[in-house]
Amino acid sequence: MRAILKKCYLWLIFIFLYAPILVLILFSFNVSRSRGNWGGLSLRWYGELFQDRAIMTALGNTVLIALVAAAVSAAVGTVAAVGIYRLKGWKKSFVMNITYLPILNPDIVIGISMMILFIAMSFPRGMASLIVSHITFGLPYGVISVLPKLAQLDPQIFDAALDLGATPREAYFKVILPQILPGVFTGFLLAFTMSVDDFVVSFFVTGNGVANLAISIYSMSRRGINPKINAVLTLLFIAVAAMMYLIQRRLRKSSREAV
Amino acid sequence: MKRNWLLYPYVVWMILFTVVPILLVFYYSVTVQGGGFSLTMAHYARVFEPLYMSVIWRSIQLALVSTIACFILGYPVAMILANSPDKQQFSLIVLFVVPMWMNFLARTYAWLSIMENNGIINAFLGLIGVGPLSLLYNAGAVVLGMVYNYVPFMVFPIYTVLRKLDPSLIEAAEDLGANPVRSFLKVTFPLSLPGVLSGVTMVFMPSVTTFAISQLLGGGQFTLIGNLIEQQYLRTYDWGFGSALSIILMIIILISMGLMSRSNVYEEGGLI
Repeated sequence: MRAILKKCYLWLIFIFLYAPILVLILFSFNVSRSRGNWGGLSLRWYGELFQDRAIMTALGNTVLIALVAAAVSAAVGTVAAVGIYRLKGWKKSFVMNITYLPILNPDIVIGISMMILFIAMSFPRGMASLIVSHITFGLPYGVISVLPKLAQLDPQIFDAALDLGATPREAYFKVILPQILPGVFTGFLLAFTMSVDDFVVSFFVTGNGVANLAISIYSMSRRGINPKINAVLTLLFIAVAAMMYLIQRRLRKSSREAV
Repeated sequence: MKRNWLLYPYVVWMILFTVVPILLVFYYSVTVQGGGFSLTMAHYARVFEPLYMSVIWRSIQLALVSTIACFILGYPVAMILANSPDKQQFSLIVLFVVPMWMNFLARTYAWLSIMENNGIINAFLGLIGVGPLSLLYNAGAVVLGMVYNYVPFMVFPIYTVLRKLDPSLIEAAEDLGANPVRSFLKVTFPLSLPGVLSGVTMVFMPSVTTFAISQLLGGGQFTLIGNLIEQQYLRTYDWGFGSALSIILMIIILISMGLMSRSNVYEEGGLI
């Protein structure tokens, strides 16, 4: 009886979390333009989507920004984590504090403060400022995903590799990296997720009419959102879910082979 | 083995793009706009005008209500997750992350189609002869948006703590004659407090600072401190006042984090 109650509760929570997503996906197949009324099943918006330059550009921007931000966050974050792991005392707490700063700082403050910085530096606002800002809030996830994996390493493993004749570079790439790789991927996935999900920071730092999907949705929201947006979001959602699934499966497989 | 150069690119990047921007905000908050370096407290004085104080107070109230709602909804979820078989736990956790692959704004916007006067809920209510109820553009809708977006941030840290809890402690409590309710109140809950505090912080912070949720679901009638800041920067171009509000917002967050005494839950890496 209690088990059934627990299951029901979990189901209710998941229905709550997924309801808007299901509605979005459902209405991407709606023949009518209204977001409230169901007119019948159709692929009309998917067909029109590919002719819509603005939306396709916004989609391209969203994907490009997320990929670049996640790759840089994972790579630089991993290198930084190896450095942080060695630190002690005030230096370590200093670096950890600036690592948590973007996580704890409200989105809106990150957004406006970076906007001010970009304006003050006359940094080109648009694609460049979007990528820089997404790297900035993605980097901490790259670091904090790798740190626990480093803590799990046998501290002697690096020296053992050197004793066995590896150069430090070989020891890093052939011994340490494979062990912390799951953490690196977690960092990549988290930074990617944060980037795709972000609206607030992008909204403030963009300029020169450059828009990602979130910004396009916001600028459309007063006139009513074009159903093509539902279609493009559905496609992106499915693509990201498939990508995550494949990466997870490969990770699990490789971690099983490693054991 | 001194290899600290590994850190330099990272530290330089983070200082340039997180610390320096905050210092710039502070600079704008204490100087006269277009007046060179002349210092002023006028921007902060404006924050304390009753009109703006009521906005700040409303933001804190709504954020508190959403935090409590997230706690009530999220704690049982964290318990169920922590007690489910290991194999399921991972997939269940993933199910909480998946919605984030649909952009935050898109998901929030979708609530409009659910809650509108001719939306889905009212269509169902219409079938049983009720309504239409006006569900949108009130405090309840804004709180719903906050709870919807931030409840995972309550679940994750509590789950992390509960999972590490030694089950023999609960068995011991029950062997010593405590009933399930008592062993929960006296053993499980106190031990899970670090997770609860971390969850409360993680939900309260984005709730008190949001501007998009109140804009969409509050229909622009629900001005919160986030909306006020956005207006100063993008509509009235009063950067000084906007910066003062941002600094106040950061102070509110520092205070609430101080109250939560910032246990080392972050060190444990939360979800990871």
